[in-house]
Amino acid sequence: MPPQGRIEVRDNYCKGCEICVAACPQGVLALAPERLNIKGYHPVELIEQGCTGCGICAIVCPEAAIIVYREVKSRSQ
Amino acid sequence: MENVTMEEQLVYDRPESMASVQTHYCPGCTHGVAHRLVAEVIDEMGIKDNMIGVASVGCSVFAYNYFDFDFVQAPHGRAPAMATGVKRVLPHRFVMTYQGDGDLASIGMGEIVAAAARGENITVIFLNNANYGMTGGQMAPTTLPGQKTSSSPSGRDIEVAGFPIRTAEMLATLDGAGYVVRRSLHDPKNIRMAKKSVRLAFETQKHGLGFSLVELLSTCPTNWGLTPIQALKWVEDAMIPYYPIGDYKVNPALKELKI
Repeated sequence: MPPQGRIEVRDNYCKGCEICVAACPQGVLALAPERLNIKGYHPVELIEQGCTGCGICAIVCPEAAIIVYREVKSRSQ
Repeated sequence: MENVTMEEQLVYDRPESMASVQTHYCPGCTHGVAHRLVAEVIDEMGIKDNMIGVASVGCSVFAYNYFDFDFVQAPHGRAPAMATGVKRVLPHRFVMTYQGDGDLASIGMGEIVAAAARGENITVIFLNNANYGMTGGQMAPTTLPGQKTSSSPSGRDIEVAGFPIRTAEMLATLDGAGYVVRRSLHDPKNIRMAKKSVRLAFETQKHGLGFSLVELLSTCPTNWGLTPIQALKWVEDAMIPYYPIGDYKVNPALKELKI
């Protein structure tokens, strides 16, 4: 099973440039069609399952608006 | 007995050295990527409280609002001269200038050449987007032959305006330079390479190996009249053939550093 991840977007930094949408290897990002941020841009959001937490969206984001999380195995006794 | 549970781990968050403000850059402008890389490197090296930045004139001027450390602002093109003064007075601080091509490669060309020739121990982050971004996309010394800008509407005519200047190659010929490279910000692989170069540029300064400069090929979607994604493609297809990515001068001591 591929690793599971998710992203959070700080909406007010996002300018809807769509560079992350084009760069996402899983194709699970899109601009929110019915939401606007404080500057009047449609912020990006996760649209479906399948994020692996690879972080490529955060690497290409010019606004440092994306926080990336990934699930890892933790072993406890 | 061993239990395997899934636990969420933070992969990436906004670097601490970036101030919590929105930037004025146009959507998709890779100035923001360059800011982020510099801030990430400063966080990793733990030198935020020891940094002094020198802002230039152009879109890059507002760097003093976007980085969360000490900054001064220099007259147009004079950032390397101001950085020289700051570094000589405060030799234990890290001094960085952040300049665009309209600032560094035209009005400030004399300053940057002199600073590199003196081997000043400063780091220069040089954004090359092939035009004057802030004033409306006029032709700059880095504008490509045939490129249409607002002051060369039928394309840059090399008979009249001459040839574009390859800054990194030129500065690499100077003995004072310790680390001079060109990188691009058009895809994830190149952004990672650029980050490593920014790190090495600051390591050059840390170890007193002389002048360091990282030239970053950047986009200007608004003035090029392209979407952000088309602009990234244009960097790859048009700019990189003229401005090849490469290491033009690397002090041998840097190759032995383990980062």
